[in-house]
Amino acid sequence: MIQLELAGENALILYLPAEISANNLNQLQQLQQQIRLLLADQLQELLPSYASLLIVLKPAHSGVLAVKAMLEQQLTLGATVSQQQGQLVLLPVYYHNAWDLDAVAERADLSTEQVIELHQSMEYRVYAIGFAPGFAYLGELDARLATPRLKSPREKVPKGAVAIADRQTAVYPAESPGGWNILGLCPIPLFKPEHAGTSEALMPFSVGDRVRFQSISRDEFVALGGQLPQELC
Amino acid sequence: MSAFVVLKAGVLSTLQDQGRFGYAHLGLSQGGPADYASYRIADLLLQNQSPSCQIEVSVGGLSVLALTDTVFCVTGAAMPLTVNGQPKSLWHSHRIKKDDVIELGFAKSGLRCYLAVAGGFKLPKDFGSNSTVLREKVGGIAGAALQQGQFLPVRSTYRPLLWVLPQKLWPDFSTPLQLGLVPGYQQHWFDEAQWQQLCGTDYQVSALYDRMGYRLQGEPLLYQSQALLSEGISYGAVQLPPDGLPIVLLNDRQTLGGYPKPGAILARHAAALAQCTQGHSIRFYRIESEQLAAYQQEQQRYWAELPMDFRSLR
Repeated sequence: MIQLELAGENALILYLPAEISANNLNQLQQLQQQIRLLLADQLQELLPSYASLLIVLKPAHSGVLAVKAMLEQQLTLGATVSQQQGQLVLLPVYYHNAWDLDAVAERADLSTEQVIELHQSMEYRVYAIGFAPGFAYLGELDARLATPRLKSPREKVPKGAVAIADRQTAVYPAESPGGWNILGLCPIPLFKPEHAGTSEALMPFSVGDRVRFQSISRDEFVALGGQLPQELC
Repeated sequence: MSAFVVLKAGVLSTLQDQGRFGYAHLGLSQGGPADYASYRIADLLLQNQSPSCQIEVSVGGLSVLALTDTVFCVTGAAMPLTVNGQPKSLWHSHRIKKDDVIELGFAKSGLRCYLAVAGGFKLPKDFGSNSTVLREKVGGIAGAALQQGQFLPVRSTYRPLLWVLPQKLWPDFSTPLQLGLVPGYQQHWFDEAQWQQLCGTDYQVSALYDRMGYRLQGEPLLYQSQALLSEGISYGAVQLPPDGLPIVLLNDRQTLGGYPKPGAILARHAAALAQCTQGHSIRFYRIESEQLAAYQQEQQRYWAELPMDFRSLR
């Protein structure tokens, strides 16, 4: 079922059932194609997340309520959802207990090795990209690792931090504040603004792709171009 | 060389064009002029054909040297403007000669000014836009605020006629603000009593305000929150975190967020909010969706007719 709400004088938000699911992911990708065709030049921004799609119209549009009524009429959910698999992206991780690895293990009543093993064992989908350029929301984490956000966010999370929150995992593309539990570091740059305007990709994944993490050593991390933060030097 | 040199960068001066669109799905913030109304009037006064790259001067203290003859104007907050030490009026376009120095003092009311030149500043764009988003280090020059000694090339040296926005049309940034709130998003999570409280409370701008968003102070609005998956945040969206104090999200907001929202304020009012500083009095009022079309027609008419009110200084 598609539900549309206003999200401002020039914006609508489309909701699917509030769940993290591959079905939502596929439906949202199909809905984006429909909306691009239906709105064409009127569309300023299309921003998908887990179960929603923010639709921002250009200022000179035919009226947000008219657009809402038209979309309510025209948008359809695919009856049989094609399984779009997306490409598989491998992300190396230097797991390290300098941050929250021990605390996550203790909370889950597991060894750190088991935490690393579980984190690597799943294939995650990229459900949304946002918060910061190249920050991909990956789901779903093994339920045994589900860990709430830190009570008080860190002022500085290092670039490349591989972290978990609830049943999600992600990699911080740049140093930033953040409240997720850090398990290790990824040496691969996740946002390359220097690729703007070229045929090279700005980030290694897009929404719908699949991600797997692979444990690497400290030497491999450095060899792949990873920068160790001060606390590990 | 057709350019300006930054002599003093001031408290926070950034390059801004109309904003960055089409990249939100990669996590890139919109950016753009925090008070787009003042920004747009600057382009109209200079007869710039498309949205130009201008300097957004927050608080004040900017000083630039012209290396070329051209025409410029400053719109927005009431900052004292001088050229070679001679006072000049805001909301006017002015001729300027090579070696002239433009200086902006500190805002007496309002927060942000727009210094625009004929043709606009001409700098390389990041993701289709010159808009600086400091947090993301994109736009402007190397994604940072202006710094002393920087060169700001100008796109052209054409010299338009001089125009003035009549004083009766100058905005007053000192009066309490009424923010039109379009119900949307999780509007139904708030019952009638909570809506009445939201629209009946006098809020003040807290110490936490910037281009990302404005945190308000006042009587907290407590309600039964439910889990919400992160979702796209529109310009002017009003978030209600568990402490019950609204945050209005502006140009440099994060693209996705998970706090409930009763709706979003009108873009014109979000621009006016961006001129406020700590302690400014704010009140929301509800915009029924049936009023939206009329409001938008009125806005389009306003922008189409505004240049007809300009006076010429020929």
